[in-house]
Amino acid sequence: MSEPLVFHFDINGDDFSTAGQASVQIKNNLRQLGLSPEIIRRVSIAMYEGEINMVIHANGGTADVKVYEDCVEIILADNGPGIKDIDMAMKEGYSTASDSTRSLGFGAGMGLPNMKRYTDDMKIDSTVGVGTTVTMKINIA
Amino acid sequence: MKVVELASLCGFEVLCMPDGDRQVSGAYIGDLLSWVMGRARADSAWITIMSNVNVIAVASLADVACVILAEGVTLDDELIKTATAKGVNILKSELPAYETATELVGKV
Ligand SMILES: Nc1ncnc2c1ncn2[C@@H]1O[C@H](COP(=O)(O)OP(=O)(O)OP(=O)(O)O)[C@@H](O)[C@H]1O
Ligand SMILES: [Mg+2]
Repeated sequence: MSEPLVFHFDINGDDFSTAGQASVQIKNNLRQLGLSPEIIRRVSIAMYEGEINMVIHANGGTADVKVYEDCVEIILADNGPGIKDIDMAMKEGYSTASDSTRSLGFGAGMGLPNMKRYTDDMKIDSTVGVGTTVTMKINIA
Repeated sequence: MKVVELASLCGFEVLCMPDGDRQVSGAYIGDLLSWVMGRARADSAWITIMSNVNVIAVASLADVACVILAEGVTLDDELIKTATAKGVNILKSELPAYETATELVGKV
């Protein structure tokens, strides 16, 4: 298999107004690569939810997107507080978001469920006090 | 129907319309962004009272045809520029969300 195309982003943790820029950039990149609107939409939403989570829950992190011939892989890594109970966090409606975050429209507790719904594979590795890595795959062929 | 036609038929104010020829199909009402990303369909009209920068990102990534700000909510000039640059159509209605949605019935 040929080498994947790799895109790397540093996600700034203290700026809400720029949160989501990496996802928007990826959307444009995938468009240029000629992927279908449906795939682009799924990748964009899954990545945006993950990117926002790193901003609001983990003070930022990194995003790596690898485009293979048959799939897109998104790896989001942070050194935030970690997730104590992943099963609980995956439940629709579960959120620890602050009131100020909620006032912006976040904190419905639907981000992780959306990431699961829009991807073909999703894995969360998290250690409390160390950080969280979310790996998602979307098949394109 | 195209966004540009919808705006004029329903009497919505146009805040920005970089892609007025885009076809609208269906609608979704919601203010919690993850609900919108989970439930709104591509090409739909998204009715909301939220008006921060994240709305523009969500509209773009979720690939909705247009945002309709209800209740007379408006957007800062700076955000209108951002939406224009990102190709996001933004309309404005003086009506509450439900009445705004009823305007769309039979059109989208
Ligand atoms: N990267 C992360 N680091 C630490 N905790 C996280 C991280 N991502 C998610 N969580 C925890 O999991 C919970 C559920 O996340 P989820 O994205 O589903 O909802 P939310 O971010 O609270 O709200 P929404 O995504 O609907 O705006 C969060 O409230 C938070 O407690
Ligand atoms: Mg979230």
